Amino acid sequence: MTTENHLLEQVRSAISQRTPLYIQGGNSKAFYGNTVDTTLLLDTTSHTGVVDYMPSELCITVRAGTRLQDLEYILASEQQLLPFEPPVYTSASTIGGAVAAGLSGPRRPYSGAVRDAILGMKILTGHGTIIHVGGQVMKNVAGYDISRLMTGSLGTLGVILEVSLRVIPKPAHELTLAISRPHDEAINYFTRLRTSGLPITASCYLNDEIHLRLSGSTSYLQSLVKKQEGQVIEKADAFWQSIRNHTHDFFQQHDKPLWRLSVAPASTASARLNTDNLIEWGGGVRWISSNTPANIIHSIARKKGGYAVLFRGKIAGVNTFPEPEPALLALHKRLKHKLDPQPVFNPGRLYREL
Amino acid sequence: MTPEPDIRSKLLFHLQEVLAEDQLITAEEELRPYECDGLSAYKKLPIAIVLPETIEQVQQVMRICSRLFVPVVARGAGTGLSGGAMPHEGGIILGLSRFNKILEIDVDNQMARVQPGVTNLSITQAVRQYGLYYAPDPSSQIACSIGGNVAENSGGVHCLKYGLTVHNVLEVQMITVSGDRVTLGSAALDNPGYDLLGLITGSEGMLGIIVEVRVRLLPRPEKVNVILAAFNKTEHAAAAVAAIIADGIIPAGLEMMDKLAIQAAEDFARAGYPTDAEAILLCELDGSQAEVNEQSYLVKRQLKLKSASTITEADTPEQQARLWAGRKSAFPAVGRISPDYYCMDGTIPRHQIGHVLHRIHVLSQQFGLRVANVFHAGDGNLHPLILYDANIAGELEKAEQFGAEILKLSVDVGGTITGEHGVGNEKLDQMCYQFNDNELQFFHLVKEAFDPDQILNPGKAVPTLHRCAELGQMHVHHGKLPHPELPRF
Repeated sequence: MTTENHLLEQVRSAISQRTPLYIQGGNSKAFYGNTVDTTLLLDTTSHTGVVDYMPSELCITVRAGTRLQDLEYILASEQQLLPFEPPVYTSASTIGGAVAAGLSGPRRPYSGAVRDAILGMKILTGHGTIIHVGGQVMKNVAGYDISRLMTGSLGTLGVILEVSLRVIPKPAHELTLAISRPHDEAINYFTRLRTSGLPITASCYLNDEIHLRLSGSTSYLQSLVKKQEGQVIEKADAFWQSIRNHTHDFFQQHDKPLWRLSVAPASTASARLNTDNLIEWGGGVRWISSNTPANIIHSIARKKGGYAVLFRGKIAGVNTFPEPEPALLALHKRLKHKLDPQPVFNPGRLYREL
Repeated sequence: MTPEPDIRSKLLFHLQEVLAEDQLITAEEELRPYECDGLSAYKKLPIAIVLPETIEQVQQVMRICSRLFVPVVARGAGTGLSGGAMPHEGGIILGLSRFNKILEIDVDNQMARVQPGVTNLSITQAVRQYGLYYAPDPSSQIACSIGGNVAENSGGVHCLKYGLTVHNVLEVQMITVSGDRVTLGSAALDNPGYDLLGLITGSEGMLGIIVEVRVRLLPRPEKVNVILAAFNKTEHAAAAVAAIIADGIIPAGLEMMDKLAIQAAEDFARAGYPTDAEAILLCELDGSQAEVNEQSYLVKRQLKLKSASTITEADTPEQQARLWAGRKSAFPAVGRISPDYYCMDGTIPRHQIGHVLHRIHVLSQQFGLRVANVFHAGDGNLHPLILYDANIAGELEKAEQFGAEILKLSVDVGGTITGEHGVGNEKLDQMCYQFNDNELQFFHLVKEAFDPDQILNPGKAVPTLHRCAELGQMHVHHGKLPHPELPRF
């Protein structure tokens, strides 16, 4: 039996018995989202492999259980990479998990998010069917954009079997500059950078220092460095990996809950949350370790044009994601009910009501 | 389907209660301009046109229509090419043209909040003074509205590098079928919950009414270069497309035209195209001066390796505009050499361009109809223009069959029936070829979640399982589109 048929049988059985499934790839993001109240596991890790890859098409189609590190290795051998640079929390992390979680890494503001790279999918549905949506081409407006709907839905609407992703050429060369700046100047600095024309592909602020990754040809980068302030750092790859994969010391403090605020990039820093924090994405993401009450953190994030997620650490009575407005939650519930009527897929993981 | 007289009178009574006199049109001669969109082959008259000016009015209209089960077809500028905004004879047209204000330009965050009736180009014009622009540039950009762009997920000539509408919209305010207002997306770079913003983009007015849009703006590039290359063989041009991208270059635009299109465009626009060439490529590169110089060198090297017969560069805005003029006038130019043409919109994987061009050539001989090929080659989006004469008996039907074959071919080689024009009323039968029943059923479930009573644009975008509509594509009779002033490319 193919791995796909095996997954299909398990889902059909769960549907007929109305038993919820916990969909699991590499299990590296088990901390992300609410707990799912079931013991029945749907393991995707044996559903692996490249289905189609032609580098000049800038598209790869892979099975969901394929490990991210294997996928990146294959792309690197053709001088390409995933534009959204997803976190690889453990070596077991899969592409299916990365897409289902919808988390992007340092390159996101400069070459797009996970959802921006999604071209198509093969999905196992809550009706026990297998469907293909989207495709392998950039421009495609036939049918609703189901692949994007699945992206970031934390497995609550179906099982991703295969995904077609847009990939981009790997820059010929990259270097990273470290620039000293006090905390209260960081956001303004990032704002000015957005119109600088610099070929930035990653940015962060931590411990009074801004890090900028620049990408391009060797000669171009060398000519730029002469004109720029800041020091070229060594072991830059290791630094960005530590930010991307949360192995940096900043992410290893577990004494307080870790919040991720995704906000309008130029919105001012919050005096109320002026703790030791990490800024990413040119100001678009602010990581905060804080005991500030959840409702205050949510309120601050909303005022800055975004939202806050309780990323790591559990707080009694606090869900991972903020509750949507009633009319928006109602749309979520109706979609969930239509697409996963029993329901069987990851109940509660995204919102308790789904 | 004609509504029962008492539904009609109830509808009009309730509408006039929430709308001013000039916001409600019911006289037949005033309904006529709304009987079709940019696809004039399909026409219907609605009961009424409503032209609200506030979001509250849109909510009230939706509540009235939901209560009375009256179909609502949203309409922006009416420039769409797939009949998506064609009226429903038992329903109303909800025109958003009076929502025409730019509400906020946020330079620091590089975004703008605009009303849905604002035209695509006017956003770029409004933010130019800040060194910014809005990237998606459908050919109708002087007239098409941003709300319509979201509904269709519009493309343009710069999609390969800068994406489609879905990549350039951050937030949408939407009115649901029951009149609730919801915010999809935000000013941030990602969002929690289901990606309903992605889902609504390209949903062709089937899921909600868009009443406000927050777009992402980009800094204008420091330098632009346009390279024109001519080829003696179309397969060499196709190979050059793949070679440029395989070399690690993402051009801002990469367009291809074949001999018939080149000759028609040159006669029309005097762009300086080599009329003896079998194919030309237009490659636009942008970025910093250094990046553009490097990439221009690499592109020219690949073009030479793939046997380009001539290579011309245009690095001033005037020269660039002249080279683009030929490409951008390709549709009207072809309209001059044939009484009618029929425009297709499939997308294919780039490596299939040579094969598909060859197959189109063979089909052209089989059907006895000429084809002018104009491609967004960088992203594989084809616009073959099938030339025919509707006054010759049977030729229209032949053109339709030919077009259907091209769309099937697009699907067969791993592509899609529509890259940017949408399914609308036009490609319902081809949807049946691209998707199976399980897939179509899944689409219907999504529709039911948003619109259980089929109020919003019923009968469009997704065919019923029982019956696939049999309607043709974009027909242009004697070169007359409903908006002859608009460029089409």
